[in-house]
Amino acid sequence: MELFVQSVISGILLGGLYAAIGVGLSLVFGIMGLTNIAHGSLMILASFFIMILSQQATGSVILSLILTLAIMAAISGLAQGFLVNRVLDKGAEPALLVTFGIAIIIQNALQLAFGADFKSIASPFASINVVNSKWVVITGEYLLNFIISVAVIFALHFIVRKTWFGRSIRAASSSVVAAELMGINTKRTYVLTMSLATMTGCIGGLLVGQTFGFYSYSGMSYLIIAFGVVVIGGMGSIVGTLLGGVILGVAQLLGAYFFGSGVQILIGYLTLLVILTLRPRGLLSNMTRK
Amino acid sequence: MNDSALLSIEGLSVSYGDFLALHDVTMQFPKGRIISIIGSNGAGKSTLLRTVMGVTKPTSGHVIFSNEDITGLQTSKIVAKGLSMSPEGSYVFEDMSVHENLMMGAYLPSHRKNMDSLLERSYELFPVLKEKSKQLATFLSGGQRQMLAIARALMSEPKLLICDEISLGLAPVVIGDIYDRILDVNDSGVTIVLVEQEVKRSLEYSDFSYVLVKGRVVMQGKADELDEGAVRDAYFGINQFA
Repeated sequence: MELFVQSVISGILLGGLYAAIGVGLSLVFGIMGLTNIAHGSLMILASFFIMILSQQATGSVILSLILTLAIMAAISGLAQGFLVNRVLDKGAEPALLVTFGIAIIIQNALQLAFGADFKSIASPFASINVVNSKWVVITGEYLLNFIISVAVIFALHFIVRKTWFGRSIRAASSSVVAAELMGINTKRTYVLTMSLATMTGCIGGLLVGQTFGFYSYSGMSYLIIAFGVVVIGGMGSIVGTLLGGVILGVAQLLGAYFFGSGVQILIGYLTLLVILTLRPRGLLSNMTRK
Repeated sequence: MNDSALLSIEGLSVSYGDFLALHDVTMQFPKGRIISIIGSNGAGKSTLLRTVMGVTKPTSGHVIFSNEDITGLQTSKIVAKGLSMSPEGSYVFEDMSVHENLMMGAYLPSHRKNMDSLLERSYELFPVLKEKSKQLATFLSGGQRQMLAIARALMSEPKLLICDEISLGLAPVVIGDIYDRILDVNDSGVTIVLVEQEVKRSLEYSDFSYVLVKGRVVMQGKADELDEGAVRDAYFGINQFA
């Protein structure tokens, strides 16, 4: 029974992190109808930047994260402006293929530069137990991951709902023609949206880098987690990703509890299939694309 | 009337590949007037408006607004200069509230400062929008959407407002109501361009009319001097213009 409670609690905390991984994917899909295959690889690229900067330049993870946010916002914004935007009005598939290409370029560049060794980012909270009772143990790292992820999601929710930039994003997603007529430069909005989404991915990259570690090809496995989260929560729903993350996290750890850790990933995606069967658009899909 | 033209379109041609959508179109829109552009589906009305608003680039010709060449300028820059358009099919932002839709009309930073008084004015112009201000636009009726699209276009305090097919799919009583509000807007000093398929009402409400057939201006004149029957013939392509 203790292990059951532990599994649920850990699943919820893990789910928060999953949501931080998925929310950028959801945002980009909701706004421009683009399935960004490069999301996971951009995230891992950020993990490498944070690791290198903190080890060799700044000595501080926080400072390295801030620098990485700026670098990744620039890289992803340029990729959107010069590559994805050019094919976006030719339908969903060409743009998807472009992001697939970007993912492969990032993976191979990382492979060339760093090899296939497993890396991680040092975490000061890894060994601290915040709660240590008979029923449940919560590590500082998992708790902090959860808190940061929830903060990221609510910050993003606030930006999209309450700021002029957020309104321009929603307007562009609702009707490009009408948005342009309001004076919104929708291509520029897409660039900023991609930068914003990738910045959430940077925070995801920091957290997975500290918690699980990564190597040059990790992007694709995190992309699959992000897909799971976003599909369960509802494509385009920001708060839905939090729900999707928690469901996926709990399903995986309960799967491990009942059937053994070898099948936990399988159980997670079986849950995904069940939810997709019952709610094909995801649980909280509120944005509709035309 | 050329001297006081707020907007003039000079020899505008637009082609999509081999297809000539607009051929040497010249039109004048004098300040303070209501001018209608009448044409059937596929006459080139949408292409004309898209080109004026900077969405489509012309093959040749010029668009002059307030004595300034705005041909091919970015839409956001054109809106900033005081041109505004209520799009056909009254594209509203479905998942935003009525209030937020109106706010979007004042999106450009230079337009935001008078937003509160402009919102008040929108609600005075169309009181039903005030009743529905908190509702999502997706729940509005066709007429209410059209009102919202017009009010939203007015939020940028335009000198010239283009209304694309107001009457499309609406009941006559609703159309009449909206047209009367357009007259109010015109009285406040805004030049109006009505783009319509419906001949009778366009002539009735405008000072001057252009008839567009297959991308060409085939007839023009003061609205009260144009013969409705002749316009209709041209429009349906019954006579030599076909």
